[in-house]
Amino acid sequence: MKHLSLSEAVAEFVHDGDTVALEGFTHLIPFAAGHEIVRQKRRNLTLVRMTPDLIYDQMIGMGCARKLVFSWGGNPGVGSLHRFRDAVEHGWPVPLEIQEHSHADMAARYAAGASGLPFGMLRGYVGSDLPKFNPSIKFVTCPFTGETLAATPALEPDVAIVHAQQADRHGNVLIWGIVGVQKEAVLSAKRAIVTVEEIVDELATSRNATILPAWSIAAVAHVPGGAHPSYAHGYYARDNAFCKAWDGISRERESFTAWMERHVLGTADFAEFRNSIAAVPA
Amino acid sequence: MSQNGAGVNENGSRAYTSNEMMTIAAARLLRDGGVCFVGIGLPSAAANLARATHAPGIVLIYESGTIGAKPTVLPLSIGDGELAETADAVVSVPEIFAYWLQSGRVDVGFLGAAQIDRFANINTTVIGDYAHPTVRLPGAGGAPEIASAAKEVYIIIEQNRRTFVNKVDFITSAGYLDGYGARARSGARGAGPTVAITDLGILRPDPVSQELTLVSLHPGVTLERVRAATGWDLAVSAELAVTPSPLPEELAALRELQRRTARAHGAETAA
Repeated sequence: MKHLSLSEAVAEFVHDGDTVALEGFTHLIPFAAGHEIVRQKRRNLTLVRMTPDLIYDQMIGMGCARKLVFSWGGNPGVGSLHRFRDAVEHGWPVPLEIQEHSHADMAARYAAGASGLPFGMLRGYVGSDLPKFNPSIKFVTCPFTGETLAATPALEPDVAIVHAQQADRHGNVLIWGIVGVQKEAVLSAKRAIVTVEEIVDELATSRNATILPAWSIAAVAHVPGGAHPSYAHGYYARDNAFCKAWDGISRERESFTAWMERHVLGTADFAEFRNSIAAVPA
Repeated sequence: MSQNGAGVNENGSRAYTSNEMMTIAAARLLRDGGVCFVGIGLPSAAANLARATHAPGIVLIYESGTIGAKPTVLPLSIGDGELAETADAVVSVPEIFAYWLQSGRVDVGFLGAAQIDRFANINTTVIGDYAHPTVRLPGAGGAPEIASAAKEVYIIIEQNRRTFVNKVDFITSAGYLDGYGARARSGARGAGPTVAITDLGILRPDPVSQELTLVSLHPGVTLERVRAATGWDLAVSAELAVTPSPLPEELAALRELQRRTARAHGAETAA
């Protein structure tokens, strides 16, 4: 584990063509890390995420991805992801291959990856059309009961990136509140980057909270506010106004591109980005 | 559309909206003490109304891993902080699906949908062809496994020609498939959708064909109007009922919930 700046961590650990999983289930979404990937102009990524929302809309619209692996894509409580839809429906800015699963399946795939198993298994997709369109969803027969179960390949991303509330000075990471699939994502990946709200002397919690030991992580980067506009339990609330505003910003290619160029490409880091968007009248 | 007709009371004045009638009709069906796996939006509104009225002991599970959530305002997303703060337990996403849903601990899976068909199959994936969709919808989320593993499924959806189609473009989550026992033969463990609640009425599957059949009309809604909003030749129960109008206390509880929600999310928005 290394303490790095976010830009150093992305430069060292995220490469063109990688399979990259940014996780965080509505909570602790690693926005700052997504922006840094956009700034460093990574291309041909396979992006993995259960719930691609605004951050993947931004990365897809900026042409970082050639493929998206997901289970639910939308702007929670608001509506569609316009850049995701434009990529799927019209191939803009580059064609986007999609591979879709259900949540239970993605969770099982991450757990399999974290466990070193070749596939995840679930009692899933009964009567659903998804397996007809996703050849990676297969079915196996239980050797004990004869029951038919869904089997899907383990997720083993090149890089997992998550945002957490705290790390200690050794790089042990603490996540609380809705913990999503972050632990499984980190342990399924070849390398993991964790951005954190705060670096503390000691994690003030019991040892059966969700803790990722330092040696399971490649790098920790201190990025206060790095989950904005999603929320960080105990630190700040979700910025619902931004999520609603994104619907308008992202609706047209021109307004989207202008916004990303001004606020993301035109800033050096997430702190500058926050100042840049704060300067725009609502 | 949602204002048309259904919100007119016996005196001819508009006492409630068709959306309120739908939410209240759905809330009434939830049992106190039951375990309900809740989708965001309309299901969550109805489930929390039930909790605020006749079912204070209902256990609400959201797929973000919050078990026994007791939000005082309606969540905007499936993983709002309010859900975690008020839950009995917060578990990981793999755990919620494997240990709590798949294992058969959920009484009612409560879902919304973009499209539903005559056999209560639901579509949240695409309108049109999968490879070249007319409309790309959000996708499956937790629904396929909720639909198969919950002991029964409730569906809440606005009823019109776009949502009530003869055959869905894509079966994201199975209802009764082609009917006549096809679901049971598919290996699904749960009973499937036992009711669909709309802004016009209530539908239940026919015991033999499993085709959705209109069993109740909301007050002020005509049968012709429901037929016109349905993309197939709608079956109507021989004992067609009229849904009881919302009680003043039901309306008050729903409106208070929505007022609190608007205030809370407005306040967060301003922060």
